[in-house]
Formats: sequence, C-alpha cells, structure tokens
Amino acid sequence: MADTILKELTLKVWRQKDRKSKGKFETYKVHNVSTGTSFLEMLDILNEQLVSEKQEPIAFDHDCREGICGMCSLFIDGRAHGPDRDVTTCQLHMRRFKDGATITIEPWRSGAFPVIKDLIVDRKAYEKILQAGGYVSVNTGGVPDANAIPIPNEKAEEAMDAAACIGCGACVATCKNGSAMLFVAAKVSQLALLPQGKVETARRAKAMVAKMDELGFGNCTNTGACQTECPKGISISHIARLNREYLLAKVKD
Amino acid sequence: MSNLLTSSIGKKLVMSISGLFLITFLCVHLTINLFILFDSSGELFNLGAHFMTNPVIKIIEYVLFAGLIVHFTWATVLTIQNLRARPVGYAKSKQGENANWASRNMFIIGGVILIFLIIHLYNFWWNIKGFGELFGIGEPVSKVIIDGVEMHDTYALVAGLLRNSVCYCIIYIIGAIFLGLHLTHGFWSAFQSIGFSNDLWRKRLEVVAYLFAVIIALGFGIIPVSFLIGCA
Repeated sequence: MADTILKELTLKVWRQKDRKSKGKFETYKVHNVSTGTSFLEMLDILNEQLVSEKQEPIAFDHDCREGICGMCSLFIDGRAHGPDRDVTTCQLHMRRFKDGATITIEPWRSGAFPVIKDLIVDRKAYEKILQAGGYVSVNTGGVPDANAIPIPNEKAEEAMDAAACIGCGACVATCKNGSAMLFVAAKVSQLALLPQGKVETARRAKAMVAKMDELGFGNCTNTGACQTECPKGISISHIARLNREYLLAKVKD
Repeated sequence: MSNLLTSSIGKKLVMSISGLFLITFLCVHLTINLFILFDSSGELFNLGAHFMTNPVIKIIEYVLFAGLIVHFTWATVLTIQNLRARPVGYAKSKQGENANWASRNMFIIGGVILIFLIIHLYNFWWNIKGFGELFGIGEPVSKVIIDGVEMHDTYALVAGLLRNSVCYCIIYIIGAIFLGLHLTHGFWSAFQSIGFSNDLWRKRLEVVAYLFAVIIALGFGIIPVSFLIGCA
C-alpha cells in the first residue's frame, strides 16, 4: 500500500516544565505527514516546527527506534504504546490514524513513575526492583562451558518469553491499579525457570516483591490489561508463577 | 511468614481464600434454594432450611460472616492502595480495549452485592433469627410441623415476599446477575492469585468461571423469575 499524506493532525500533548511544576495539555497542529512516518518521527517533525517557531520542543524518551530498547513510552489516545498490539511507540506508524484526527498524548501515569519533563517519566523504580534481586549471583572464576547444563526446550522457551521484557513500563501505565506485577513476574520467571537462577528463586521473589510494594506500585487484580498492552506480549501466566514462588517462599520462612 | 499478609501478594491471597470459601457457601445455598422449585408445598425447602440450623452449620455461620467481612475489608484496603498508586489520572483512557468490564469493576460489583446482601439478610435472616419480633421491625415467622419436628415455615416467608412484591423480585434478580458478574472474574482470578495457573489452566479456569457464573446467576435468578411469572 502506497503511503498517503495526512493533511492535518491535531495533537493534544502533555507539557510539564519539570518534576515540581504543574503540567497542562497544549494543542498543536501538524501538517502533511506521510502515513509511512513513525509516530516518533511525526513528533520529530512537530519539534522541528516548534524549534523554528522559537518554542521549546516536546521532550519524549526514545533510543533504538526498533522496538527493543524499552526507552519509548507514551500513552496515545488512551492506550499504552498506542492502538496497535505487540508494538512499542517507535514501531507505531501514522497509517493507524485518519486525516484530521485529534491525538491525545500523555506520559505514563503512576505514582512510582513521576513525570520529569513533558512526556518523560522517571522509571528508576524498575531499576530499584531489579537491584533488589533480579540477577543471578555468580562467583568469579573461569568461564563455564556453554550448554554444559541440560535445560528442557520448553523451559528455555518460556524463560526466553519472559526475558523478552524490555522494561518499558507499559504494564504499569495501562494497569488500572498501577501494578508492576507483569514486570516483576517476567524478571522472576526468566531466572526461576533456568537452573542457574533457580537456586535463588525464593530470596529473589521475596526481595523483588518487597521492593515493588515499598515503591508504591498498586496491587494486581488480574484484569489482564498488562498482557494485552505489553509490546512483547508477555503472558500473565508469569504472574501466577510469581505468586506461587512468593507464597511458597513465605510459607517456608 | 513475617509480613506475608501485609504484602501485595499476601493480601491477594486473603481475597482469594475468602472468595473461594464464599463460593463453597454459594453452592450449598443454591442447592437448598432450588428445593423451592421442586416442591410447591414448601416441605422440601423447609426441611432444607431446617437442616441449616444444625449446630455445625451454626458455627460455620460465624465463619461465613467473618469470611464476608475479611473479603470486603481487604477489598477496600486494596482498592484504596490501588487508587493511590496513580495520583494523577489519564485524560483519555480506553480501558475497555484491554480488559473486560467485570474485571475492572470488581469493587463496584461487590458493593452492589453487599447492598443486596443487607436487604437479603433483613428479609430472611433477621426474621428467622427472631429479631423481627424482638425489635418490632420486620415480621414474625410462622412455624410448621413436618414429620413431627417443629420448624420455621421458611417457605411461607420466601414465597410471601416474592409473590407480593414485584420490586423485591427485581432486587433478587439484580442480585443474582451481579453475583454472576463478580464470579466471571473472581472464580479464575482466585486460582491465579494463589499461583495455580498457567497458559493452559488459565483458559480452562476461565471457561469453568463463566459456566459457574452462569449456573449461579441462573440458579438464584430463576426463583424470583418463577414467582414473578406465577409458576411457583
């Protein structure tokens, strides 16, 4: 399908000077955007326009722009990463929008992810959860032989599915409770399923859940919204595994 | 075990266990209710209701009240915490596109069920326990003798209420529907929260949840409906 031109788009964008300021929506018009443009490129076009008008460009997170780094965010028209399934905002294209459309763009909303500027939120809370236990303790020494430990294929596949998490925060952003359970579950699962990570599963689950609670994320009510909006399609079955590992660990205490 | 019950997953465990306990009660309650439909003399239902006054059940009755209070209290705490987790809301949010209505509104549905429950307890439990007579609010329940045993004529109480009031029939139908809605999410969610789920079992449990919800809603709903259309 050949690209066409969207003659006019109206953008309602959240602008906020810094962490402490009160933000508000500003309305902008963008003209002649090709449907082959990615959503972030469309924002680049708008920013060029703002700079040439001597206005402050819109701040938004982005890095690889190929859907694997987890930097881009944005709550577009009421959906995390926009209307498409299984894609990040950078992989969303303007062909998903109609000419003359009004698009609302908001930052992730969560008490644990405060807005730093405009559409950028502070996702350090995720790093703190990982620091609490999202790793395998490895003693120094010689490099172990790869594939020396047999791992059943389905376990490896499931661990890889969980490891697909890029930590973008869409699960928290979309959850009506602002719960980080899908993220934590993915990080616990990817290690718990493998022999190298299994040893520390109990300690890991307890430490990461405690940190998650401490940081003010909400409680999971199993609505499943997170797995629908997750750009990597991570299943809430991992949440069931986290619940299991956590409860077993606590009972053994 | 330290701080298990104050953790997010621990609180969900409490919701799950109390919910599953309330579900077992619903099954017993529905079984006895359906006696109304199979015997229009009311004898079978009265015997069923009388059976529910045996000492073991009387003790379980307290556990049941405790279960309800725990389920409601923890739900309130969780809901408040969840609201606090997002101090600034979205201007535009299309939650309907990624999660179904019942799963997003469990607290509200539960609230409707609670209001229904208060009405329901006042209609029957209050009067059967004799509080109606004691406080002069409500009505005394007549007695019948079946097989030489004197017992409350519970059938007359139920039939009297539902035959004479379209309004109460509608309240009981609404109660049944909301209970069903609550169970469509609550049933499988309880298993997810205790960790008994994976990609395969979640699909199975969701199917069972829908079936169970329909059985409960239809089962409880059919009684006021049959009184409403004059079949019982």
